[in-house]
Amino acid sequence: MRRVLAVAAVLALAGCAPAEPAPAASEDTLSGSITVFAAASLTESFEQLKSEFVKAHPDVAITFNFGGSSALAEQIVQGAPVDVFAAASPATMATVVDASLASDPTHFVSNILELAVPTDNPAGVKALADLENADLKVAFCAAEVPCGAATVTVLDATGLTITPDTYEQDVKAVLTKVELGEVDAGLVYKTDVLAAGDAVLGIEFSEASEAVNLYPIATLADSQNAEAADAFVAWVLSPEGQELLQTWGFGAP
Amino acid sequence: MRRRSSSIAPALWIPAGIALGLLVLPLLGLIIRAPWAQLPELLSRPTVLQALGLSVGTAGLTTVLSLLLGVPLAFVLASSVDWPAVPRRLVRALVTVPLVLPPVVGGVALLLLLGRRGLIGQPLDDWFGITIPFTTAAVVIAQTFVAMPFLVLSVEGALRASDRRFEIAAGTLGASRFTIFRRVTLPLIAPGIGAGALLCFTRALGEFGATITFAGSFPGVTQTLPIATYLELQRDPDAAIALSLVLIVVSIVVLVSLRDRWTAGLSS
Repeated sequence: MRRVLAVAAVLALAGCAPAEPAPAASEDTLSGSITVFAAASLTESFEQLKSEFVKAHPDVAITFNFGGSSALAEQIVQGAPVDVFAAASPATMATVVDASLASDPTHFVSNILELAVPTDNPAGVKALADLENADLKVAFCAAEVPCGAATVTVLDATGLTITPDTYEQDVKAVLTKVELGEVDAGLVYKTDVLAAGDAVLGIEFSEASEAVNLYPIATLADSQNAEAADAFVAWVLSPEGQELLQTWGFGAP
Repeated sequence: MRRRSSSIAPALWIPAGIALGLLVLPLLGLIIRAPWAQLPELLSRPTVLQALGLSVGTAGLTTVLSLLLGVPLAFVLASSVDWPAVPRRLVRALVTVPLVLPPVVGGVALLLLLGRRGLIGQPLDDWFGITIPFTTAAVVIAQTFVAMPFLVLSVEGALRASDRRFEIAAGTLGASRFTIFRRVTLPLIAPGIGAGALLCFTRALGEFGATITFAGSFPGVTQTLPIATYLELQRDPDAAIALSLVLIVVSIVVLVSLRDRWTAGLSS
């Protein structure tokens, strides 16, 4: 009996010994590096998401490449080594999915357009319809990029005929032209207005709900570190991640 | 020991070959990947023709403007050999700096000078109601900023290389300053001017950064071929490749027609 107990104790100890550090290991088995391609409009929010993620997973290094979603999608299709892609529109994600480089993307946030005007609002813009005045200088995103596609949708839904003075290559370029006062108004995302702080004035307009832009995220099929990549995606989709994204002006998907 | 330029060490061929490959292979990749079958359709699209027309037109205007302003500047620069070192080097550096600057920086600088709230742009807008950004004039100004230095340095090189004794001889024979300029100096530097003008035209044709920053992008007004190419890449890569081919072909034709002149002009 004593022997049995002794054996049991030894077994128990043997079982315990490796189990001791195990919880720490299972808490963070993630390591290595991942590369995340993300839409330019996610720049500020994703930087913050990253710093929170790295606190929980100190051995993971995240490298971002922010840019226009369409250009990023094209780079991925051309073979850029990427672990996670977060796009500003389902259409750009579809480019990557169609090339069998990702599957089952999840919509993680939404974004709507907002009018951005210089802080002193020299033209006195109050609503989208004011931009029909041809004397005003107006900047839109080019229809080729997601914010431009959203602009087209909003204009189609409202029936307004607005001819801008320039079609910029991305949303940040529109914002810059507004900040510099070179245009009287530009159509950008609500999140961009928020990120710009005091540099521009944002004017919400009800027609914006006509073009709610969904942002999909996915781990790429060729990821060399799928475990860490999946963990980052899960963090973005988690309640804490969602809450953080909403402080940057994003809406629920 | 005499060195013959025609025989070089065999060891140089390897890095030289890699260097040439680095410059040429990307273009080759583009040519191979080009959608040749759809090329006629892609290149005959109204938006493409519009962008091409605008590019050629603005590059032409840029070249004319650069000739009118740049040739006199080249004369000033060539005469700067007699100046004290500091202003001489400073002027040369200022003329050269647009060549090495990222064009987008040039675009920002132009915006801050000629934009609606710029140093000159604001009074222009307030007093005369003239705004320069988002106009075809802005495209020409942006292209001139980036491309004119090529012409200036080409012409300056030709001026320095030309033999001043012909001008002095003409002077002693009683020719007026204008006659000397027209009959002696101009023919001497004409190849340099021609080379510089073609180089300036080609550079203007390819201008992207300064143009999109300062002039913006609107079809038919400010959307040049490089900008159209960039935007097409976002939606229809095949169309972007087709447009790139046009720019490459035009550039190579122009540069080949220059033979070796422009490098000689820039280095002297």
